[in-house]
Amino acid sequence: MAFDFSQDTVKAWRRENGRVGVRNHVVILPVDDISNAACEAVANNVKGTMAIPHAYGRLQFGEDLDLHFRTIIGTGANPNVAAVVVIGIEPEWTKIIVDGIAKTGKPVEGFWIEQNGDFETIRRASWKAKEYVQWASELQKEDCPITDLWVSTKCGESDTTTGLSSCPTVGNMYDKLLPHGLYGVFGETSEITGAEHICEKRAANPEAAAKFMKTWQAYQDDVIEQFKTSDLSDSQPTKGNILGGLSTIEEKALGNLEKIGRTSTYIDVLEPAEAPAKGPGLYFMDSSSAAAECVTLMAAGGYVIHTFPTGQGNVVGNPIVPVIKISGNPRTLRTMSEHIDVDVTGVLRRDMTIDQAGDTLIEMIKRTANGRLTAAEALGHREFSMTKLYRSA
Amino acid sequence: MTANTHPQLLVHDKADNVGVVVVEGLTAGTDMLCVCTEDNSDFRLTAKADIPIGHKVALGDLKAGDTVIKYGEDIGKMVGSAETGGHVHTHNMKTKRW
Repeated sequence: MAFDFSQDTVKAWRRENGRVGVRNHVVILPVDDISNAACEAVANNVKGTMAIPHAYGRLQFGEDLDLHFRTIIGTGANPNVAAVVVIGIEPEWTKIIVDGIAKTGKPVEGFWIEQNGDFETIRRASWKAKEYVQWASELQKEDCPITDLWVSTKCGESDTTTGLSSCPTVGNMYDKLLPHGLYGVFGETSEITGAEHICEKRAANPEAAAKFMKTWQAYQDDVIEQFKTSDLSDSQPTKGNILGGLSTIEEKALGNLEKIGRTSTYIDVLEPAEAPAKGPGLYFMDSSSAAAECVTLMAAGGYVIHTFPTGQGNVVGNPIVPVIKISGNPRTLRTMSEHIDVDVTGVLRRDMTIDQAGDTLIEMIKRTANGRLTAAEALGHREFSMTKLYRSA
Repeated sequence: MTANTHPQLLVHDKADNVGVVVVEGLTAGTDMLCVCTEDNSDFRLTAKADIPIGHKVALGDLKAGDTVIKYGEDIGKMVGSAETGGHVHTHNMKTKRW
């Protein structure tokens, strides 16, 4: 190891519940799709706040509704968010979201549109949003250990260069920081196919291994077998993956798994958007392999920085979590460098070792935590995509 | 490996029968410097086609039915053939999963 990062600190916000946030957003959060307009109006009235519009929240039920609530509550509860104004069409589900976020101890208040209309709701919510944003703007950063961060990973628009360079870069970062108390998470259930036997062996205990295999098998049985019309060859690998040289899901999965390094093992398997509850270490989250959906779920699980290896050049961002892009593909760096934060093309030239690439990523995590805007933040990428399990009622 | 000489092809594992082109504009006939990342050993191989960056090259003659090995693991099967130095992709290989 070239450097010991375990004692490093970053300047960040220590929240009411002890968690560390690297951004200080005041969020105007819709419970449901039809409250988006009111939320956007409030965010327009009060500068420095951000609405997070989305497509769902009505007539959902059962597990799908649980996931909707968990995603919205988790987004508001994320330590990168200082305070939340919640707006829904009616009071009951609005209250569920407000109560869920309030468990963190952060300021949160709910408003509803029925019997108020958009105008009155926007007026009242704007007053609260202004109070929150002025309060949040005076919160001071403090020195926090880098290992207090929760760092997620998911790759996208992968090609064969991600398995050679950017994915093992993330793996090297995890191998260096997880033993010192970092929380990590990887996922992409469908994309482990072809390497599930290897992923199973990377569990820290037999319970986690069994839970992973059950989760992976459930996706094969309940989703692929139920809904496929031919096979998944037209979706996994994606057309972009194939252009980049990936030929099969097995090849893609093996490259994907490079993100958990050589020595890291996962201690538990999380439901989509579930917060980890077994202490520091690496987790597997049951999640889609679609970039925006996966990052949204991990952000809702409480992760504050996302590391995103890309080969062909995925441009995804997230409203509340900085997404750090890492690429080793020289063509991508040549044609779309405005999207890339960490250049590891040296790994392919054999000018840079994976160990050096890992150190470079850790430096970028520190700079991002200290306030450097990622490429996705500077370019306004705020993709917020909720995972939906089945049709609404 | 000579300093300032960058490889054209990287191979993950000694057991692999394919490698990955890591430079743009590789043309047929190029005498490629190939490096195995597992132990930094190198060898040379002549490209038999113009092969785009990121795409795979057969390290030996492969025929239909052969298992393609990368990362030291099974990544699918050949459904066509590829000569040594030839292009291996979706036109001549397929997943064993779906």
